[in-house]
Amino acid sequence: MKILTKWLRAYLPGLSVSDAQLAEDLTLRGIAVEGICDLGSGNGSIFAMDITTNRVDAMNHYGIAREAAAIYALELPALAFPLPAPRPCSQRPFSVAIEVEDACGRFTARVLRDVAIGESRDWFPGAEVSTYFALLDQKKISNAVDATNFAWLAMGQPTHAFDLDKIEGGIVVRRARKGERLKTLDGVERVLDADDLVVADHAKPLALAGVMGGWDTMITPATKNVLVEAAWFDPMAVRRTARRHGLHTDASHRFERGADFNAAPVASALVSAILLAGGGWIEGWAEGDLVDARVAAIEARTAHRPPIELKLSEVQRILGRTEDAEGITTATVEDVLAALGCKLAPSPAAPPAWSATLPSWRLDLEREIDLIEEIARVYGYNRFANTLPAFGEGVRALPWAEKETAARGTLLACGFHEAIAGTFCSAAEAELTAPQPGQVVALGNPLSEEAGVLRPSLIPGMLAMIAGNLHRDVSDVRLFEMGTVFSGSAANGTVEKVDERPALALGATGLAPEEGPLHAPRAFDFFDLKGAVEQVLARFDMRAVYFDRFPAEAGLTPAWLHPYRAARVAADGLTVGWLGELHPREAAARKFKAPVLVGELYLDRLFKLPLRKPAAREISRFQPVRRDFSLVLDESIAWETIDRAMASLQASPLPELIDWRAREVFRDARLARGEYALLLGATFQALDRTLREEELKEFQSRVEEAVNKAGARLRT
Amino acid sequence: MTNDSIPNLTAFDDESLDKAFAELRDQAKAVADAVDSSEALEAFRLSWLGRKQGRLNEVSSRWLKAAPPEAKKALGQRFNEFKQFLLTELLLELDQRSKSADAALKAQALDITLPGTRRLLGAEHPITRTMSEIVSVFAALGYSVGVGPEVETDYYNFESMNFPPGHPARDTQDTLVIASQERKPLRDRLLLRTHTSPVQMRTMELEPPPVRIVIPGKVHRNDAADATHSPIFHQVEGLCVDTHITFSHLKGTLDHAMKALFGSAVKTRFFPSFFPFTEPSADVQISCIFCGGKGCRKCKQSGWIELLGCGMVDPAVFAFAREKQPAYDPKKISGFAFGMGVERIAMMKYGISEIGQFYAGDMRFLSLFV
Ligand SMILES: [Zn+2]
Repeated sequence: MKILTKWLRAYLPGLSVSDAQLAEDLTLRGIAVEGICDLGSGNGSIFAMDITTNRVDAMNHYGIAREAAAIYALELPALAFPLPAPRPCSQRPFSVAIEVEDACGRFTARVLRDVAIGESRDWFPGAEVSTYFALLDQKKISNAVDATNFAWLAMGQPTHAFDLDKIEGGIVVRRARKGERLKTLDGVERVLDADDLVVADHAKPLALAGVMGGWDTMITPATKNVLVEAAWFDPMAVRRTARRHGLHTDASHRFERGADFNAAPVASALVSAILLAGGGWIEGWAEGDLVDARVAAIEARTAHRPPIELKLSEVQRILGRTEDAEGITTATVEDVLAALGCKLAPSPAAPPAWSATLPSWRLDLEREIDLIEEIARVYGYNRFANTLPAFGEGVRALPWAEKETAARGTLLACGFHEAIAGTFCSAAEAELTAPQPGQVVALGNPLSEEAGVLRPSLIPGMLAMIAGNLHRDVSDVRLFEMGTVFSGSAANGTVEKVDERPALALGATGLAPEEGPLHAPRAFDFFDLKGAVEQVLARFDMRAVYFDRFPAEAGLTPAWLHPYRAARVAADGLTVGWLGELHPREAAARKFKAPVLVGELYLDRLFKLPLRKPAAREISRFQPVRRDFSLVLDESIAWETIDRAMASLQASPLPELIDWRAREVFRDARLARGEYALLLGATFQALDRTLREEELKEFQSRVEEAVNKAGARLRT
Repeated sequence: MTNDSIPNLTAFDDESLDKAFAELRDQAKAVADAVDSSEALEAFRLSWLGRKQGRLNEVSSRWLKAAPPEAKKALGQRFNEFKQFLLTELLLELDQRSKSADAALKAQALDITLPGTRRLLGAEHPITRTMSEIVSVFAALGYSVGVGPEVETDYYNFESMNFPPGHPARDTQDTLVIASQERKPLRDRLLLRTHTSPVQMRTMELEPPPVRIVIPGKVHRNDAADATHSPIFHQVEGLCVDTHITFSHLKGTLDHAMKALFGSAVKTRFFPSFFPFTEPSADVQISCIFCGGKGCRKCKQSGWIELLGCGMVDPAVFAFAREKQPAYDPKKISGFAFGMGVERIAMMKYGISEIGQFYAGDMRFLSLFV
């Protein structure tokens, strides 16, 4: 919204501060001036305003003048527009009926005859249409349309001018009949609904009440007689009508946020005065010239609300200390609220206290706290002291915060960057990656089809981020994301509940995270990803972790994974995730050339486990002895078999077997088809003695025996 | 190497002198055997032949002093011979040896200017990092941490936060809604929370006052992405409820927090604003961290940057909380709430110009935060 300071100063001749100072003072009191444009040569400035939705009363020149008057303690004269005496030429007033007493509180109508539709000019002091419109860069249309626009800019009250001769009978404010048609001023032919609020005549709808006028009754150069409407419509009724027709107009904006019940006659007078300044006369009847239909119930809850009680002690309880030792006093309260249009009467209850009558234009004021805010606002927020409240009780962290930090820290050390992907994915991606089928949650108003559902898995986002990097020619990618995944439960086609679970996704492609000139770079592979996952799991206290694979035909492996390069991750028997190489079909669909490794962990499950607490144990003073065993195995025998054999050997018991690992896996020409070689390293150590050669020989043969039993033969 | 005791010389006959000098010779040789570099050689030379503390001087003065006058000449002769032995035989040999040892080391020289082998580290996301910084500032002020669901009901996101059904303030929060909700009553309809404020209500429903809590979290709006808008963003919400909590406490708390986040030179400024769930409501500006308040492009020459919204908890919000926790009686307690956009703060702190960079997973961008 734009405000002319020249216009403001016309309302407040006593205003002596500069435009810049005025802008700052208004802004600090919540009437925000976003920008100032100097118009030069005595024309003042244009303020670009940004006014919060609760302050519709200040979205016009007179409303802002009222704020300035409160700030500078100036007198603001009431708006009044004298009109020529009417010619009483009928027995009864023009007929206006409000059928919808819940939706229309007031409807004023004035009949102007023999007006001359023509160009606007500066008509009289207080109606400088030509000057102000030129400064505001507002297009002039005709004196009738300009008059209603002028009233809008001046006081924020919507008005409407009808071509009287197109009206049949009188005015009825009513709900539309389903299927009725109305062509509105924007040229759109609209089919009305029974809930639409319309201004109608005795035959047809004329306008969408409080939203937009009708095409057929608009003012044209040929118009002779005019009906001026100024009314008060219910916020919800206008909102529903505007919404249904996809309209948002100045009028609907104001009515939806609450108009001033008492403004209608003033605005009507302003519009009429401007029109009559170009010729014509007011048609009256015996008792008057303004038809003013009112609904008492609405008047009572807008213009005549019961006063509210305000106590100084409550003001101080909420606002606290000021920098000024005097603080908020009786005088502060009285001065501020009176300037804003409240009428204060001392209240007998625990003085100092008041009974405050509220101004009709401030429907946002309805409670004591609203008045307290007004006092703080006009007094100036920055005049309150900065103090700290007393310390509360102990600080609680989130129960899983430490686990999240442990997992994050481990992955950062493994060279993965933390990423945050979008929350939404396409239905197809959801179907591919959802851990359980058929529970995907769709959005009712998605941003796009590709973002149509809540992600059931972090994998779609991870793949999109990897694709983004490759697209930007970044070929080495290592990312992880910790975020929420969603699944729904529906009944009778209605989504009843949405479950949210924390998940962790990992994704990598390109080179392993080591950089230096002297070592050959190598590709990040399955075992790098598995190693990272193992290290995350190692932070948690669990009896057993294992990685397994289901036969491809079982269909248990997630569809996004390569069926022979995928592993289920299980912790203490519970599936906590999946990892592996992206399925070549999915890789091809995304034009990934190098292998992409991805995995997802279900953190809700993992976080059920406690973090492993480090504990010291005795470290042997005696020398460890390492023995390597060169084994030949059939391809069908996995490392796991050897690993288990060694574990049961250790438990048999052979406590001196303190460590074993696969040191190298390879294939060479001397092996038969379908065989591979494994270099198994075993370390022996005792806590209480140096191991003797005979003992070591015995241990060695026990290892050989165990691996033999597991199907390996020693290479000679 | 000079710690070897000086052999005692009691007799000065030829046999005794032979024995004594043989011992000295052995001592010198033993030490010389350990010499393996030019530095060690120099140390050896100084320790035996040094003018002040050289062992040779020490031994000769001790023995000569002890010798009867008639033996002094022969003794002097022996010392000359021994010195010749040190200078010629031993030192020459050592010199050769240390030179070849040096050459061997030289052959092992590294180009230490080559870059080190680096195991690349990952970077914490700037949003996570900023969020935990904010949380720890408030933890230090006695605030616990809370969270809530990203999919909320209309009741928690709007109604209980004093956005009544049909209220125009709902329009300002372009809401993404869950499909297939039409059959439910409005208050139960599911949507993606547009702010972290619903966690205020969830917290109050669970625990009576006093409450001091910060709520970091992800929120969503139906906003098309551009340089400053994103359908996803993060907020940190705060709530403090107790007896005697005032607007001046709100100001002091946020002033402190902004100084903790942006440096003690930062000033704060409060403006009236409007949020349905607070009253009085305020927007908070901090003095521009780029120009110190003088005015620059970043602060549009104003010297100030708008950073967060806050206010005293609206009694209507307490009324909703009272349905489950009667202790939230707005006549007896009061409180304040605040909310800040994490992206905005991170963008300022790290000089990021496009909000979309946070969600692209671009390795080049993320690497900057290692
Ligand atoms: Zn600046």
